[in-house]
Amino acid sequence: MFLGIELPQIVLSAIYFALTLGVVLLMALFLVWWERKVSAHIQVRFGPMMTGKWHGWSQTLADALKLLQKEDIVPRAADKGVYFWAPVIVFGATMMTFVVIPWSPRFIAADLNVGILYIIAITTFTIISLLMAGWGSNNKYSLLGGMRSAAQIVSYEVPLTLSIMGVVLLAQSLSMQDIVADQNKFWNWNIIRQPLGFLVYLVAATAEVNRTPFDLPEAEQELVAGFNVEYSGMKFAMFFLAEFVNMFVVAAIATALFLGGWWGPFGNESLGWLWFVLKSMGVVFVLMWFRWTYPRLRVDHLMEFAWKWLLPLAFLNLLATGLIYNLVK
Amino acid sequence: MDEKELHIGEHQEQDEQNPVARELHTEEFLVNMGPQHPSTHGVCRLLLTMDGEVIVKVEPYIGYLHRAIEKICENRIYNQITPFMDRFEYVSSMLADWVYALCVERIGQIEVSPRAEYLRVIFGELQRIASHLIYWGVFAMDLGAVTPFLYGLREREMIMDLFEETCGQRLTYNYIRIGGVSQDINPGFEQKCKKFTSYMCQVLEDYETLLNENPIFLSRTKNIGVAPPELSVAYGVSGPSLRASGVNWDIRKDDPYGYYEKFEFEIPQGKNYDTWDRYQARVIEMRESCKIIEQALDGLPEGDPTFKMRASFKLPEGEYYARIESSRGEMGCYIVSKGEKKPYRLKLRGSSFNNLMIIPEISKGLKIADLVAIFASYDIIMPEVDR
Repeated sequence: MFLGIELPQIVLSAIYFALTLGVVLLMALFLVWWERKVSAHIQVRFGPMMTGKWHGWSQTLADALKLLQKEDIVPRAADKGVYFWAPVIVFGATMMTFVVIPWSPRFIAADLNVGILYIIAITTFTIISLLMAGWGSNNKYSLLGGMRSAAQIVSYEVPLTLSIMGVVLLAQSLSMQDIVADQNKFWNWNIIRQPLGFLVYLVAATAEVNRTPFDLPEAEQELVAGFNVEYSGMKFAMFFLAEFVNMFVVAAIATALFLGGWWGPFGNESLGWLWFVLKSMGVVFVLMWFRWTYPRLRVDHLMEFAWKWLLPLAFLNLLATGLIYNLVK
Repeated sequence: MDEKELHIGEHQEQDEQNPVARELHTEEFLVNMGPQHPSTHGVCRLLLTMDGEVIVKVEPYIGYLHRAIEKICENRIYNQITPFMDRFEYVSSMLADWVYALCVERIGQIEVSPRAEYLRVIFGELQRIASHLIYWGVFAMDLGAVTPFLYGLREREMIMDLFEETCGQRLTYNYIRIGGVSQDINPGFEQKCKKFTSYMCQVLEDYETLLNENPIFLSRTKNIGVAPPELSVAYGVSGPSLRASGVNWDIRKDDPYGYYEKFEFEIPQGKNYDTWDRYQARVIEMRESCKIIEQALDGLPEGDPTFKMRASFKLPEGEYYARIESSRGEMGCYIVSKGEKKPYRLKLRGSSFNNLMIIPEISKGLKIADLVAIFASYDIIMPEVDR
């Protein structure tokens, strides 16, 4: 059903996906503006105030237009093909994840029965593109940034997946809609049933999207700008937007898996999409808060933290969940 | 060049014993950090020899901010030199003015009125706080936390306002002149200044809660870049960085100038000689500076702090050196006079120059991120290095 018209499932999926894309791109623009505002207020500043009169609301639009008009600079020594495709892949991969994001009970582009597995698989493409960007730019800082990001994302993927496994175990399904539907009461939300899992997910997800304190790939004080140092104009904008969309993706997954998805706090199903967006924005805000408060980890501490702390914790969580689940059953 | 080759060869020998390295054939590469790099504080250029993320060798290349200030000064009469001192060290230019004035006063045996000496102490210590605030913010920013930088600048702005209402300038003050200061303070300055110092003490507590217990901050600073006392002394490191290395040396106490022997203050000293100690030394020093300012405001004598100097005058023949404790270390002014209206030779000692030279020594074998932290912790200012 779409606006009261019966449509075949494939058409419906296409419409939902197109709608999602439109919303998400607008959302990315909004997130950039919001991040600037949040950071400004944390740092006793105002942030953008002039463009568009009201609190500089159209600042990102103006920035995007500026980036569109910029000359497309390709370094002479760059590997042209690799250099060109890196931003395309990162942007494409990010957008693909939205296929299985459950906005409301009915609004989902495709409720795959392996939804969460699909997300884990698709987000891994980001590593490839960051490596491509680092290698293709033919710049030492980029290369270091690309290598760092590959090592980081591969390491944090493991605890991330394991923390998700606990949720999958409880819901007995990999489908996003089933997992959300399983959390029908407030005390059934997975943040209450899986507090440790949620913490592990949040930390690993912050690392996944390269945000402070895990923003080593683009550590501006060390690597100037890391993997995107040679990118400018629209290609840079692609990386930039992908970063913000990615942040929303991990927040949306956190919402769907741990914060009850589209369920309201009183177990109400109405206005599901609104609850979903609100909760996701809450998680996004927490990520922004991290970024403007913490210093950056060092690269070896980062690896130590993933393998020595996060991974055992995630295993412990999975083990405990499995035991308790079997006992209760 | 030979040394570099030798070094790389040495490392490759180690690699041959490492099966992974032998199979993959890893090799060292050079990274040019600067002169346009966000965390080399201006235009310092560090040529890094890297083995992956590990630093094998650091070579600083300086001279990108050379403005020939010393040479210009040889062609100026003594009164015209003071403004150049502001440019010599623009992060704490009040102190740079002071060292030059002190040197000329010692040569010419010029009496400075007590009120002027007190005002110099007040403004010198305010300048020290302002400089350390920038240090605090930039240090945190180089570790990846951007927010403290803005907080540091917020407080520095208040000091700038105090300076502006007194001498009309916010960066290059030209306030401490030969024989005194350029003008007296405005009525009500004491109250404003006291309000600031009490506010500053509160803010320092906020600062400590923001960073001092943060595990990431601690892991990035503790036991990183250890500079033992002997090494620091051998390299001629001075100022808070030297005191963090456990050496009790402060020119304000050990070779007093102005009226510093009249004030009570503590000299913080480091125990572990690491980046954390260098950071902590500055934070404690800000507190001590507040104490000094409060004492100076309480004992501020009456009188005229200005000094009517002839436009041009001659200094007796000879060689003279004066030094003060600037916010980065020993700042010195060396004048060779041939009895003319202009100095025959004027040499400035910037502490950043010596402080920079120890960095290659202590950052070997660390990560590139540690180098950034160490560089920031020494509070290197390029105009002081190149002059």
